[in-house]
Amino acid sequence: MPSELVDKYFRTEFLPHIWCPGCGNGIVTRAIVKAIDNLGLKRDDVCIVSGIGCSSRASGYLDFNTIHTTHGRALAFATGIKFANPDLHVIVITGDGDCAAIGGNHLIHAARRNIDLTTVVFNNNIYGMTGGQYSPTTPTGEKGTTAPYGNIDANFDLCNLAQAAGATYVSRATVYHANMIIKQIEEGVKNKGFSFIETISVCPTYYGRRNKKGDAVDMITYLKDNTINKVAYDKLPEDKRGEKLVIGELYKGQRPEYTDEYKKIIESF
Amino acid sequence: MAEKKIKLMQGNEACVEGAIAAGMKIYAGYPITPSTEIAELSAAMLPKVGGKFIQMEDEIASISAIIGASLTGAKSMTATSGPGFSLKQEGIGYAVISEVPCVIVNVQRGGPSTGLPTSPAQGDIMQARWGTHGDHSIIALYPSTVKEIYTTTIKAFNLAEKYRTPVMLLMDEVIGHMREKIEIPDADEIEIYNRKKPSVKPEEYLPYKMKEGDIVPEMASFGEGYRFHVTGLVHSETGFPTSNPKLSEELVNRLVNKIEDNVDDIVEYEEYMLDDAEEVIIAYGSTARSAKSAVDALREEGIKIGLFRPITIWPVAQKQIEAIAKKVKRISVIEMNTGQYYLEISRIANQFTKVDKYGRINGELITPEEIISFVKEG
Repeated sequence: MPSELVDKYFRTEFLPHIWCPGCGNGIVTRAIVKAIDNLGLKRDDVCIVSGIGCSSRASGYLDFNTIHTTHGRALAFATGIKFANPDLHVIVITGDGDCAAIGGNHLIHAARRNIDLTTVVFNNNIYGMTGGQYSPTTPTGEKGTTAPYGNIDANFDLCNLAQAAGATYVSRATVYHANMIIKQIEEGVKNKGFSFIETISVCPTYYGRRNKKGDAVDMITYLKDNTINKVAYDKLPEDKRGEKLVIGELYKGQRPEYTDEYKKIIESF
Repeated sequence: MAEKKIKLMQGNEACVEGAIAAGMKIYAGYPITPSTEIAELSAAMLPKVGGKFIQMEDEIASISAIIGASLTGAKSMTATSGPGFSLKQEGIGYAVISEVPCVIVNVQRGGPSTGLPTSPAQGDIMQARWGTHGDHSIIALYPSTVKEIYTTTIKAFNLAEKYRTPVMLLMDEVIGHMREKIEIPDADEIEIYNRKKPSVKPEEYLPYKMKEGDIVPEMASFGEGYRFHVTGLVHSETGFPTSNPKLSEELVNRLVNKIEDNVDDIVEYEEYMLDDAEEVIIAYGSTARSAKSAVDALREEGIKIGLFRPITIWPVAQKQIEAIAKKVKRISVIEMNTGQYYLEISRIANQFTKVDKYGRINGELITPEEIISFVKEG
């Protein structure tokens, strides 16, 4: 039996989804609709914009105003939508390749404008849809089909990038921390400005298998064991902080929001 | 009768005035010579009429933003020149397959690549037709006077709305930067076409379902209660992706045929001194202005020559060109490129008459004198 959330927010006629067994994308997609449900947003007032890749297929399954755009451009389409109709709650679904490689420029400029979009990155550290090529977040040394001898690129810290570019809400969670994702998306939607939520997903099929990370349970357990909440991290003396990935709310700021500022120009005439 | 508004206006300015008269509410763009005035004037004028201007980070972002904006119901436009036009092809293809109305202005300059930024060219005729990948049809218009830029911009919006397709408004550096007298029509003289909204309730709405007798599916806007899905993938009438061969073929054929079956409605052209013409020049945009002067001069010498000036470049005025080809001894296609439209005219006219070309690609305008010599050389 599908859950209540599926009945309420999914286009069940388009299920089953295309994701592989063990993929983390379902956990993040559920978190998005759960956050929308918790916030009590009307489906007609929500617009989900996605790019291209495994993550970005999520938009089609969801019963809102939805658009599956071109590769990397979700934030540019979303900017046009939000700018033209600021009453819509615009949530952007994107992946690590979509958002940080081909769409990297759109990310930094959407953050710079502080336009009121909530961006949820499904970061699985790999190009899954095309069969496992290394992405901007594939850790250095790990393998992909296009990095058969190990990746020599440095991997992006997407949260640092978004914060430096001007996002006013920046957070990170993993698919082990499902409730944390929900809470962060709620906060992101509530933030009047550009919100950036990086969710660390898992791709057992391509990333996991090639890099001998075990099955989905092993990969998700790894996320549990190798992350630390920012609150706990900040209390540790620097020499005790270690190498664990910091999750939680990483940055909250306040700056004028783009569509509000433009409204002031219109109202000045 | 109300007093007419007569103004001295630049071509690029007339484009913005026309767009606003057509109902443009969103402009997203990126600065590029020689189209920049269109962005600057949109930035100044739009907020005064409740519209909005945004300068995006690049050309791809600009076209993506106008497609997004159009999906909320706002008439949207972007403008660019060669290098930016190349970048916009990605979004143009998306707007074609997802059937989102929008207008893309291309004030052409010399190419390829960065080329000759401040000089005119007409080198994007084929890119306008085939620049984006995959089978599709396209509408491209090309005015040649400032007044016509105004009216053709309105027409571009109307066709975009009527056929749910991106419409290209081609110009060139000369007509974009030229200043001429223009009489602004009153609002009630301007015909405006708005996209057809759904006639069914939200729960019955299928975003790509054709209604008997309609040219395109009815189009809802994001945020008005019709929750639908849009994708650049081949899709069924539900809007959801499909790889079903029958549905795939039906979709692409429908996208092509909605334009090709309505050529008579879309095609606009000027015929100048064609009635008794034994020889015809085909030219468009700024080149057509020189061609018209050449025709006048040659007529004074007793040469029976006329001008056919397509305003709609794509789809091509096949029927009209065929009729001319059957009547005349020679067609000369004059254009600022190495013979792009000549290829298309030859396809239509070669079997009936001699088709010649005269081109120029050095950034200088083709003069009436050059055209006169070319005609006389036979």
